[in-house]
Amino acid sequence: MKQENKMVFSRRNFIRTSALASGGIIIGVNFLGACKETAAPPVDIAQLNFQDFNAFIKIAENGYVTIFSPNPEIGQGVKTSMPMIIAEELDVPWEHVSVEQAPLNNESFQRQVAGGSQSIRFGWDSLRQTGATAKLMLIQAAATRWGVEPNTCTASDGVITNGKGETLGYGDVVNDAAQLEVPENATLKETKDYKIIGKDATNVDIDDIITGKPLFGLDYVAEGMKYVSVLRPPAFGQTLKGFDDTEAKKVSGVTEVVQFGDKIAVLANNTWAAMKGKKALIPEWESDGKLESTEHHDQKLNALLNGGKLTIAREDGNVNKAFAEADQVVERTYESPFLPHNCMEPMNFYANVTADKVHLVGPIQTPAGTARQIADILERDEKDIHLEMTRMGGGFGRRLYGDFAREAARISDLTKKPVKVIFSREDDMAAGTYRPAIKYRIKASLKDGKVTGYHLKEASVNSNMYGLIPNFFPAGAIANYKVETGNYQSNITTGAWRAPYTNFLAFAEQSFFDELAEILEVDAVQLRLDLLDNVDEGADERIQYSASRMKETIKLAADKGNWGKSDANTYQGFAAYYSHNTHVAEVAEVTLENGLPKVKKVTVAVDCGIVVNPTGAKNQVEGGVIDGIGHAMYGDLLFNDGQPKATNFDAYRLIRMDETPIVETHFVENNLSPTGLGEPGLPPAGGALANAIKLATGQRLLKQPFAKDLGKISKDFKS
Amino acid sequence: MGNYSLKVNGKTVDVVADDDTPLLWVLRDELNLAGTKFGCGIGQCGACTVHVDGEATRSCLLPAAAMEGKEITTIEGLATDDKLHPVQEAWKEVDVPQCGYCQAGQIMTASAFLSKNPAPTNDDIRQAMNGNICRCAAYNRIEKAVAIASKNL
Repeated sequence: MKQENKMVFSRRNFIRTSALASGGIIIGVNFLGACKETAAPPVDIAQLNFQDFNAFIKIAENGYVTIFSPNPEIGQGVKTSMPMIIAEELDVPWEHVSVEQAPLNNESFQRQVAGGSQSIRFGWDSLRQTGATAKLMLIQAAATRWGVEPNTCTASDGVITNGKGETLGYGDVVNDAAQLEVPENATLKETKDYKIIGKDATNVDIDDIITGKPLFGLDYVAEGMKYVSVLRPPAFGQTLKGFDDTEAKKVSGVTEVVQFGDKIAVLANNTWAAMKGKKALIPEWESDGKLESTEHHDQKLNALLNGGKLTIAREDGNVNKAFAEADQVVERTYESPFLPHNCMEPMNFYANVTADKVHLVGPIQTPAGTARQIADILERDEKDIHLEMTRMGGGFGRRLYGDFAREAARISDLTKKPVKVIFSREDDMAAGTYRPAIKYRIKASLKDGKVTGYHLKEASVNSNMYGLIPNFFPAGAIANYKVETGNYQSNITTGAWRAPYTNFLAFAEQSFFDELAEILEVDAVQLRLDLLDNVDEGADERIQYSASRMKETIKLAADKGNWGKSDANTYQGFAAYYSHNTHVAEVAEVTLENGLPKVKKVTVAVDCGIVVNPTGAKNQVEGGVIDGIGHAMYGDLLFNDGQPKATNFDAYRLIRMDETPIVETHFVENNLSPTGLGEPGLPPAGGALANAIKLATGQRLLKQPFAKDLGKISKDFKS
Repeated sequence: MGNYSLKVNGKTVDVVADDDTPLLWVLRDELNLAGTKFGCGIGQCGACTVHVDGEATRSCLLPAAAMEGKEITTIEGLATDDKLHPVQEAWKEVDVPQCGYCQAGQIMTASAFLSKNPAPTNDDIRQAMNGNICRCAAYNRIEKAVAIASKNL
């Protein structure tokens, strides 16, 4: 199966073990193989520093296991699910396992990143191998003690048993196991024997979360630390000409004001004083004249769609010929605005730059890249950078960008003090790395009841769809197919936002298919199944979605969502989308309340291979669907002269409980390698909702946020 | 700079802070009670919710100096004698959190609401919780957990 991971491991190179001075064993693993030979095995966990920290598992003499979860936790659940995979193969009771966040270690862990829904997919093989290898070493140690062959012994739930029925606990033999060579021949369990994978495991940090323990970056404090509020140019395109800090310095608690680049940092003894000090600054801004507004972006994107320079991302057959020979040609344009990420925990970071080292602590999705950037700007050796990851109050892509960490490092370097930079909500929304505004124009030809040609143009701000996205469905399903992309270069910073590009592309395409189904007078689900029948699986390696898996997922959603069987007052909409290696299909149900549509329920089918932690997996899907609906309905960041028009939740609307549907999730059951869930639930949600709204109201929504057009139906509807 | 005392989680504590300092920042920066979260600073998101004399209250807008003589409860003080509040228990049972950042505020809103309305309908719950944003959108589970907690009060 092409979905299986193609990674190749040499176990000797990617697993190391060492005895702990305090008793017990530490098992180090290189996350993706190719451990650097120069990295010396650690001796005592208390003496480990970040450079030689090379550990996933610690087994103590009492048999209890600590697993250091390598990837940053942004709420996607990997701090629970990745250790579950190790514990399964190690075969210890989950109750004997505690989980800690591993710090950044460039030497040992590759891809220590949270992004792209790839943590589980990439970790699956190495995490299982690590657990299985450790288990085998414990068995070998016990067999030696008994004077029997290892293959006459078994291990389960933390206990090794020999042929005579004698037992030893893992803790009894860890010190012996630590002296053994790492074996090459550990075998993995069969999926039918899983005891932990596939069972619900509550979030490992649940007790700390519900009792308010300081887990997040914003909660981190260090001795002598200054709280810092930063004044940044209010508009993109502005620079700092000068400033008066007389009043700011008079604010009690403010200790220092320092300029760096076009920004001004106010250092204080507490957060409130820093925020007040910032407000008391009198800055003078100037601009180079490039202060952009939403109308400007609109014109530029329209110009790109109307004959601007585009680049071909994929082309099959001849779309122009298909259009010329068609019975009917359908064309629609879909529009979306900029979106801020709005993590609930505003951006923040701690830095303490000293002659010895650079100590960084905070919430970051890309610890390794950020450490490198900071080494660069401070002109320091990367070995000096010690970065600790905290739990993150949301990421959604925003914490892929380390601008806030770089600010903290620069301010600490300039002031020679430990500092913590804290964004206010206004700072967070105004100094964003936004989802860019995007427009899609899709044109299709219909002939003899079939879709014969499909031409999609993407006009975006700053960047375009990347990687394999142009090869997602319906690539491979329509003979004449073309994707072209182009972008307008803006000074507004843009970047990845949960399910980049597909978060809006899926809405456009899934809405478009619904219109094609209407015109062709075929059922919307059937149209998709018919198109998938055209795919020659495996014929094109760029096409990574599986037509058969997608069909199965679609059928499961249609079945569980009672597609086509709703009562007279319920209107259903359908969408299906593959992204981040996961297949998802959704049935949205809408009712009318005072003439306005209200989404009541979304039934979701997901094929993500083996489901490691069902409760966590469902949580991701529920959140992704509601997030997708919330932003499709309300998300809207407009610009005026380079400045975002909304900078807090009074003016920027996020979905709230009363507006949320019940989400019911069903997984396609199979034994294929697991894939990620942080993003794939989101892309189909907007399309499924729009298709249901069309049925309910007769109105075809082509623009996000929907609230704008729904507001035209009723003045009562707040847009 | 004011000098006043507050009653937080049953204990009287002395505070030295500017009179306009919101309770949120006194709790977080002066009293080391970081469980109460900063989300928006304008009372729109609910992350900073605490109980003041039993009422769910946004601490980000409330000058701490005006809180003298009031009973303030934060997420750290919701459990009594190491026994979790039924709302916290329900949060655990349902496995509510994703990132977890907003959950202290959600739990404080829910616990104050249930003390006044111990037998809510689903619509009551939706209305009561509407002031608390969860950006991860774990709303289904929050709704379910509040309903479960109402049965275990």
